Amino acid sequence: MAVGEVMRMEIPAGGDMSVTSPELHVLAVDDSIVDRKVIERLLRISACKVTTVESGARALQYLGLDGDKGASGLKVNLIVTDYSMPGLTGYDLLKKIKESSVFREIPVVIMSSENILPRIEQCLREGAEDFLLKPVKLADVKRIKELIMRNEAEDCKTLSHSNKRKLSEYIDDASSPSSSSTHGDSSAKDFPSSKRMKSEDEKFSSLL
Amino acid sequence: MELVQMQKSLQDYTKSLFLDGVLDSQFLQLQQLQDESNPDFVSQVVTLFFQDSDRILNDLSLSLDQQVVDFKKVDPHVHQLKGSSSSIGAQRVKNACVVFRNFCEQQNVEGCHRCLQQVKKEYYLVKNRLETLFKLEQQIVASGGMIPAMELGF
Repeated sequence: MAVGEVMRMEIPAGGDMSVTSPELHVLAVDDSIVDRKVIERLLRISACKVTTVESGARALQYLGLDGDKGASGLKVNLIVTDYSMPGLTGYDLLKKIKESSVFREIPVVIMSSENILPRIEQCLREGAEDFLLKPVKLADVKRIKELIMRNEAEDCKTLSHSNKRKLSEYIDDASSPSSSSTHGDSSAKDFPSSKRMKSEDEKFSSLL
Repeated sequence: MELVQMQKSLQDYTKSLFLDGVLDSQFLQLQQLQDESNPDFVSQVVTLFFQDSDRILNDLSLSLDQQVVDFKKVDPHVHQLKGSSSSIGAQRVKNACVVFRNFCEQQNVEGCHRCLQQVKKEYYLVKNRLETLFKLEQQIVASGGMIPAMELGF
């Protein structure tokens, strides 16, 4: 799975299948130099690789989403962005990422010093994974990391389970051509509702 | 001065900053992020805060001195300062910024001028206190001692 792959497990070549725990690479976006320093440390101390940028525009540049070819460096597993920034706000950045077929799988967390409910709702509706109230604490970062890791684990389960189901449906279809098939909806029944469910189905229908 | 005495002084001094409301728990968060691999983390962040704040306060003074005050310029500066002071636990500066933003919203020039004075006052106070705190720490380290962890029992 190339597109949408967010975690790469390192399996050493030649024998021993013990897997080293993967490190999340986080892209942190904040126009405040003080906050960049703090979030960087919070993430590093939580065993994440961190890249900080000072604006939404720079974030898009880093991802290679700004029209210029050549995305830089490491794959990004999580984007943590401030909401209030000059130019592109965190919300604008969130929208651009969710509109991108390549990057929309990347979870985006919004940070804000203002506890404005409509703002929070707007971000969650647009697909933000979570919303952190500043000043960000170590407990917040730990929670987010656990959330992301758990989602990744669920995705892996969803993937293999859905693949088996699609395969058995295909086999059924092949044996009885008149049967109506329901590609895509069946997987939604058995799993707890998740924002990511829709995008998983879209991904699979493109594979069929 | 004996090492133990210096360490006690540092603890008392730090405690007083919390009791006076100059610093809040976010400062403790920062201290938790400091360790042997990052022994100067807190002073690094605070130094960034000082540099950033000096710049912002300068911009604010200029903006408020204009014939016609552009509140669309003033408010983002105050918002920035509110954010960074909150991030390092400079509680009184943050609170002063909250009041300042209210006057910006009301487009009250007179009020804003007063707020700027108040913010400056609180800022120089926390700057002074933190510089003293770091000096005390340096003295301890220079004497071969360790900086005691903050006791949270107050």
